[in-house]
Amino acid sequence: MSQMETFYDVMRRQGITRRSFMKYCSLTASALGLGPAFVPKIAHAMETKPRTPVIWVHGLECTCCSESFIRSAHPLAKDVVLSMISLDYDDTLMAAAGHQAEAAMEETIEKYKGNYILAVEGNPPLNEDGMFCIVGGKPFVEQLRHAAEHAKAIISWGACASYGCVQAASPNPTRATPVHKVITDKPIIKVPGCPPIAEVMTGVITYMLTFDRLPQLDRQGRPQMFYSQRIHDKCYRRPHFDAGQFVEAWDDENARKGYCLYKMGCKGPTTYNACSTVRWNDGVSFPIQSGHGCIGCSEDGFWDAGSFYDRVTDLTQFGVESNADKIGIAAAGVVGGGIAVHAAASILVSAQRKAQSKDPSKETHEETRS
Amino acid sequence: MSVTPNGFDLDTTGRRIVVDPVTRIEGHMRCEVNVDEDGVIRNAVSTGTMWRGLEVILKGRDPRDAWAFTERICGVCTGTHALTSVRAVEDALGITIPDNANSIRNIMQLNLQIHDHVVHFYHLHALDWVNPVNALRADPKATSELQQMVGPNHPLSSPGYFRDVQNRLKKFVESGQLGLFKNGYWDNPAYKLPPEADLMATTHYLEALDLQKDIVKVHTIFGGKNPHPNWLVGGVPCPINMDSVGAVGAINMERLNLVSSIIDKCTTFVQNVYLPDVIAVGGFYRNWLYGGGLSSQAVLAYGDIPEHPNDFSPGQLHLPRGAIIDGNLEEVHDVDPRDPDQIQEFVDHSWYSYGEPGRGLHPWDGVTDPEFALGPNAKGTRTNIKELDEAAKYSWIKAPRWNGHAMEVGPLARYIVGYASGHEAITEQVNGLLTTMDLPVSALFSTLGRTAARAMEAEYCAGLQKYFFDKLMANIIAGDSSTANVEKWDPSTWPKEAKGVGMTEAPRGALGHWIRIKDGRIENYQCVVPTTWNGSPRDAAGNIGAFEASLMNTPMERPDEPVEILRTLHSFDPCLACSTHVMSPDGHEMARVKVR
Repeated sequence: MSQMETFYDVMRRQGITRRSFMKYCSLTASALGLGPAFVPKIAHAMETKPRTPVIWVHGLECTCCSESFIRSAHPLAKDVVLSMISLDYDDTLMAAAGHQAEAAMEETIEKYKGNYILAVEGNPPLNEDGMFCIVGGKPFVEQLRHAAEHAKAIISWGACASYGCVQAASPNPTRATPVHKVITDKPIIKVPGCPPIAEVMTGVITYMLTFDRLPQLDRQGRPQMFYSQRIHDKCYRRPHFDAGQFVEAWDDENARKGYCLYKMGCKGPTTYNACSTVRWNDGVSFPIQSGHGCIGCSEDGFWDAGSFYDRVTDLTQFGVESNADKIGIAAAGVVGGGIAVHAAASILVSAQRKAQSKDPSKETHEETRS
Repeated sequence: MSVTPNGFDLDTTGRRIVVDPVTRIEGHMRCEVNVDEDGVIRNAVSTGTMWRGLEVILKGRDPRDAWAFTERICGVCTGTHALTSVRAVEDALGITIPDNANSIRNIMQLNLQIHDHVVHFYHLHALDWVNPVNALRADPKATSELQQMVGPNHPLSSPGYFRDVQNRLKKFVESGQLGLFKNGYWDNPAYKLPPEADLMATTHYLEALDLQKDIVKVHTIFGGKNPHPNWLVGGVPCPINMDSVGAVGAINMERLNLVSSIIDKCTTFVQNVYLPDVIAVGGFYRNWLYGGGLSSQAVLAYGDIPEHPNDFSPGQLHLPRGAIIDGNLEEVHDVDPRDPDQIQEFVDHSWYSYGEPGRGLHPWDGVTDPEFALGPNAKGTRTNIKELDEAAKYSWIKAPRWNGHAMEVGPLARYIVGYASGHEAITEQVNGLLTTMDLPVSALFSTLGRTAARAMEAEYCAGLQKYFFDKLMANIIAGDSSTANVEKWDPSTWPKEAKGVGMTEAPRGALGHWIRIKDGRIENYQCVVPTTWNGSPRDAAGNIGAFEASLMNTPMERPDEPVEILRTLHSFDPCLACSTHVMSPDGHEMARVKVR
């Protein structure tokens, strides 16, 4: 970002002469199998502002975040990787392996101290001395701490890095732990979801490159621009909810008419994400549009919140203008973390509105606003 | 020197090379080899280096939720675990699914095969054969001619097009920030392509990156998102409504048109670009026929893509089922996932304990009790491993065996089983390819054979995807729009106890889930996945696994640069998050997970 040193600056600072620098450029050219004509071009590039380096590490995860990232339609993943950032370490996609891969990470950390972004997919397990996830013969948590030390900021991709996700579901046998509980001295942007929406991922990155700052975060550390409203608030089936029109069984007449999936266990009313607006895969659809309820995959602890087909019971009618941040403020005073945000929201709202129904499917609602 | 029961001479006297992390795979993996003074691999050790415990986590949950948990085993082969899971639950509870649901599930599974194979070849495997830096030397005009020769029907073939891509690459390389290409092995003589082939393939790397995001939209339409679309026990969640009230929110003509157009796009790319690229690249490496490993002696496939709902008999599966052992292609053995003696998992060299050595357990009775410890001859420390001791425990992957045999699974295994059993489409494809490349059948048993089988399979699956789309349309036209059977949705309709098995052919190979249900809850859940078979460590008898076998006797140009190791390991498309699992059936495992 703005104050980032160029490669040349770093080398000069380390006492390397201009002459040695040019020699380095020429060695680089020949190592790449390029002719002498490339030497001045490499030198020029190293003297000018570099693309923002990104180190992308993987802990316990399933790689769905990387897969989602490469689905991005705007911008295209290839444009992000070729023209916007320099993805200097990503064990899922990089050419080098073993020692050469580890060296690529070390060089990036050394040359861009304080100026690279660390992207984390997955999380570190802390049981068994961390050896439920081994990288380079050592616990992943060591690699994470090492890469975090000099990072400018950390992006916690997906539910794993943000909250723990499936391997942290009860009884969490490996003690899989979200990034912010291991790294406590760096700005962390949580981009939850299993996985997050591709365009949300690239949207967060391009925002940081464009404005040269972190996006506005809510109290849970999520970018407000994508996570401040519930799926329910912007769901195209919301009118059916308000009208009391519900799917009663899979593939029934109401399902074919596209009625609300609340009774089938949809977690849209308690899930903060951009699915119902940005939608998925270039805007083609999102879970509710394709007939299955939201499973709440961007919420902390969603694996342990009962069956995906259990009806949401803490649903209260705080209005669409109530956002995650307001609820977070209430929650912060009530609970110590975990999944209780929405329960806390219900406490807040039910204190304000005693007469709310617990099961909105039983009646047709008036529009209520908190 | 020692000879394994499955016939490999292991010599550990030479220099030890360690590759950790093995990159361009899903998950975490380590590989160690010993090379002799000529740089030839004489011993190979493959280690899964992660463990998540999903099957422990599944215990006590609602079986109808299991698809979502198991889907998160892997986000690369996304959906295939979910499909396997709903099949296991339906098998246990005796649920039959509607014909439309069978067609839609098949379309989704085939779509995954194509997507996964394309992404694997271009984005995980290509850099083992293709040198993008060398592409800078290419003549765009000659590249255009090469393109028109190998893939004459691909419209993106002009000299100007290749020049534009080359200029972009040049700008990228000249920036000095090589990103993903940093520290690659670009001056290693193992790379054999002329610059024009490098430019063509690198261009297609970028084209495939654009295309793959469109392929998956079939999942988005039927499952709402990708990765990790939604599934349903009893059918599929997406209702069909062609022209009644509310059709705009269901599977309707517009949605089906989009599916159809994507199916055509898949077919076109696979036929015009992917398969020609594999033949072109393979042609330059036709003398590099290493990496066969177990493929010439022991391969296994469960089969998949049932013609009719719930009918998994071998004759009704479009992807073949069977096992071949001792290299005898004359006999294809039937595979029974319910037979307690056929499929068993061993842990003598895995970081788990069964309490007694040499014991094998069928998945319905599987136990997972983690026991992380290094052998006496390991180098380094418990949390800083320099070298593993493969005479002791050395992997988070168990060792599954079929009637005691270490087996290879995956596209090549499926194609060998198909070829041996006279599967018409597969036999025709294989003979066609071998004729085109002027290679004998034995050339199949190689790293390149694995890569070629995957490309042929993508073409075959593209055709099947169209077949099942047409079948779905015909059924809808005939008036059937049913997508889910909800008779046994309510757990009160279930028996007190039930057990079932679900099988699929994941992109990487044979995948099975075994479930026991008791009082409406999951009592035991066990997955044996493709990379558990392929990445298996040694067993008590000393048989080495498929990854290990495939590396044997491969010469390395430069032992410090693992190009050949990566090339062969990648040809399996390893998926480590899938392979490393856990579970025990008996209700005590939580206490036995060691928390230190």
